Amino acid sequence: MLSLMIFIPLLGMLVVLFAIRREQEELAKRVTFIITLIPLLIAVFLFIDYDRSASGHQYEEDMMWIEAFNIRYHVGIDGLSVTLVLLTALLGPICVLASWKIDKGIKAYLALFLLLETGMIGFFCALDMFLFYVFFELTLLPMYFLIGIWGGERREYAAIKFFLYTLFGSVLMLIAMIAVYLKSGTDDVARTFDIPTLINLAKTPGHALADPTFQIWAFLGFFIGFAVKVPIFPFHTWLPDAHVEAPTAISVILAGILLKMGTYGLVRVNFAMLPEGMDFFCNGKGTWGNSLAILGFINIVYGSLCALAQTDFKKLVAYSSIGHMGFVLIGLAARNESGLTGAILQMFNHGVISAMLFLLVGVVYDRAHHREINGFGGLGSKMPIYTGITTLAFMASLGLPGLSGFVGEALSLLGAYSKFKVLTILSTAGIVVGAAYFLWTLQRVFLGELNPKYEAITEINGREIATLVPLGILTIVLGIWPSIAIDMFREAVSLLPLVQ
Amino acid sequence: MTNIASIPYFIPEIVLVVFAVVIILYDLGSKKTGGNGAAYLGLVGLVIAVITALVIGSEDRSLFLGMVRLDSFAMFFKIIISVATAATILFSVRSSELDPETKGEYYALLLAVTLGMYLMASSTHLLMIYLSLETVSLTSYILAGFLTHSPRSSEAAFKYITFGAISSGTMLFGISLLFGMTGTGDIMLISSKLGEMFSQGDVYPLAVLLSITFILAGVGYKIASVPFHMWSPDVYEGAPIPITAFLSVASKAAGFALFIRLFYSGFKSADASIDWSMMLAVVSALTMTVGNLAALPQQNVKRLLAYSSISHGGFLLMGGVLLTSEGLQAILIYLIIYLFMNLGAFFVVILIANEVGSETIDGYRGLVSRAPLIAVSMAIFLFSLTGLPPLAGFAGKWILFAAVIKEKLYWLAVIGLLNSVVALYYYVRIVKAMFLESSDDTESLSFSPGSLVLLLIFVVPTLLLGIYWNPLYELSRASLGKLMG
Repeated sequence: MLSLMIFIPLLGMLVVLFAIRREQEELAKRVTFIITLIPLLIAVFLFIDYDRSASGHQYEEDMMWIEAFNIRYHVGIDGLSVTLVLLTALLGPICVLASWKIDKGIKAYLALFLLLETGMIGFFCALDMFLFYVFFELTLLPMYFLIGIWGGERREYAAIKFFLYTLFGSVLMLIAMIAVYLKSGTDDVARTFDIPTLINLAKTPGHALADPTFQIWAFLGFFIGFAVKVPIFPFHTWLPDAHVEAPTAISVILAGILLKMGTYGLVRVNFAMLPEGMDFFCNGKGTWGNSLAILGFINIVYGSLCALAQTDFKKLVAYSSIGHMGFVLIGLAARNESGLTGAILQMFNHGVISAMLFLLVGVVYDRAHHREINGFGGLGSKMPIYTGITTLAFMASLGLPGLSGFVGEALSLLGAYSKFKVLTILSTAGIVVGAAYFLWTLQRVFLGELNPKYEAITEINGREIATLVPLGILTIVLGIWPSIAIDMFREAVSLLPLVQ
Repeated sequence: MTNIASIPYFIPEIVLVVFAVVIILYDLGSKKTGGNGAAYLGLVGLVIAVITALVIGSEDRSLFLGMVRLDSFAMFFKIIISVATAATILFSVRSSELDPETKGEYYALLLAVTLGMYLMASSTHLLMIYLSLETVSLTSYILAGFLTHSPRSSEAAFKYITFGAISSGTMLFGISLLFGMTGTGDIMLISSKLGEMFSQGDVYPLAVLLSITFILAGVGYKIASVPFHMWSPDVYEGAPIPITAFLSVASKAAGFALFIRLFYSGFKSADASIDWSMMLAVVSALTMTVGNLAALPQQNVKRLLAYSSISHGGFLLMGGVLLTSEGLQAILIYLIIYLFMNLGAFFVVILIANEVGSETIDGYRGLVSRAPLIAVSMAIFLFSLTGLPPLAGFAGKWILFAAVIKEKLYWLAVIGLLNSVVALYYYVRIVKAMFLESSDDTESLSFSPGSLVLLLIFVVPTLLLGIYWNPLYELSRASLGKLMG
């Protein structure tokens, strides 16, 4: 089941590349759309069929891959990954729709996009550390080309910066990964990459993996790898460049999924597998004990303040992403049920909301061919539907109660408050700033006198609405009824090494 | 085994010599036609040599009174080297650089250099080691200078000779010191002798260290490790591209065969009191760093690949630092993978040099629209050289680093991996030119079906060996079997 979901896009890539001629652009887009619907259908099935009360992984597939290193092809999903798999599958067809207007080399674009989807779904399903790493890196290549070929003015710079930063992080992760593998056994006791097994070993007192000093170093290796992806200050500088230069659909994937790969890795590996390392950085004692929470705080406040200073619509959304990922971090640092629930929910919600925001930026950019916030004005009178959807997305993103953004952030902060009082109180400043920049943007773009340049601007079209509506519905539903998502991962959270 | 009794086990080498002579005779007879007969004769010779080698098998035998050893380790390298030579011959046929008039000698020399490398992989006596090294060096000098109309090529040959003479002289001096101390040239005997001397305290460690360091100069020159790497960028840039490809793969492989035999079979017993694994670790770290940093500003793709090949030498050396079985296995596996990805990259350079007439990165601009298959293949080779999964280069990198980290050389692993980030930067410059930039010339390039098939022979393993590499592991373990005892 999961393998089908992972490899259908890969198969689709081959179909698009070899079975469709270069002139048949329309056909290529339709075929890709249909291919991305298959993982979505499977995801919907998973959503219905997923046993919310069971602990452990479901739909597991496990077979030997490379005997010499005991590397296995082991996939499965639990509460931590199921929501993100759903999100990835949902954004697939949405992004294909959002890419409909791309006219340059559409076939290659779609093929790379499908490869990217394989990497992302595979990453969230992988339960073998080696496989996990392979999928993690597999997203790099298509992303490099997607930004580098189809991006904006400074696309080459943005693409290579993204590539180098991520590779830098992932090589440190590779060292940590090899070290964990080598520590998991000896020459006589078989070593393993199996993540559930490693998690158990790391909890076994006296096992080499449970050694706190080792865990702290391994934690650092993995942390830097994931921190680049999240991105956590000071590894964040690739993000504004990549986001601004990437085409709309790719920004959506970047913000919606790729950033979550970082936070998901933090939960799956750093939190679950290296509890001693986690403890060292989150126990609330001294500088090190507060470091993760401090990084979360910096992300929230710094990201929000940077967003406030932007005049480029897309850059604003990009920096707001940095801010919102800070809530995930601070929720993680809390290490209690509320913090973790908030963090995981926030990952999903931010995926939905930031996807909406980037799609909305794309809509106006396609019409005006610029993204200067101060260059618009009064668009509300010409594009009422667009204005309505944008307002919804802004409100969700700034954390208006009743919409999904609120629940995740509130739970994260609630969890964090019991551990890091001062930092949590300071972090709420980020919400205020968030409200400020979104409302100010709303005012500058949509309210006031209509800018005469945009007399003839056209309303959002059906295709664009189709990309936004499913996401809009999700923000409302999850705002009113968050337990529909929380139920999926409640059991998984309770199995994590929580600290009350 | 006596000389006469050894001959049946030496048939592959004899076949190479016979074919080298046949090529020269054939060439004399068909000077005017200018066909590729000599090349195909060379290929036939190689195939026969490999087949006879396989038929003879790799049962452990000491030949010619202990001069040469026939074992699975030697067999492994003979096959690697033969594949590289075969590829070089096929490349040369397709390269428009070479003057058809002189092709006969060229292929005869290629077989001669292959013979030298066979011997490098199987010599177990210091004298034989020196002779095989010189056989390879002398023929390589001529091959590097084969473009008689190009001053660059002559410069390459001259530099190659100068550096080669110095390092082989140094090596010879080291050999003489070692012979003086142990009274024997057989590396097995040297090993036991050194062990004996060290256990009895009857030795000056400094003298042993000195002689081993001097010998390392000769080996280091072959694998282009710092500080004996200076010749390689100029030689690689000046030599005909097929020869550059050949030197960067086969010469390196033979050098590592020699390195492993010398250090693992010969000097390991001196390990007790001399910490030369630290020396090797430093050399390895320096080699990859210097190679990578020097590659960064290069505009000429051939030269860029030359520096990258230096840094890959440093990578490979990491596996040899502690002489553990995992490390040596990693070297062998990496060499197989490197063979495919590096030869593939050089083949693209040849094709582009033929069609576009340029060796600079600018010549690769917009290649994806002019020759999509070539551009995608080149990207696969380059990303594989960087070591990105799921390509073969990653498997090689992975096994190497696992071996290094297992020995707790974390600093070396960190340097190695940071180097792969640097490497990404310069490899991507070529990818960027091919995919992200456009060229004024938009006319699509056409290549012969033969060239495309040959290209696929390198692309397919680069892809497949990244996804499933267990067989490589088994093969390398079997090849090291006897050596490890």
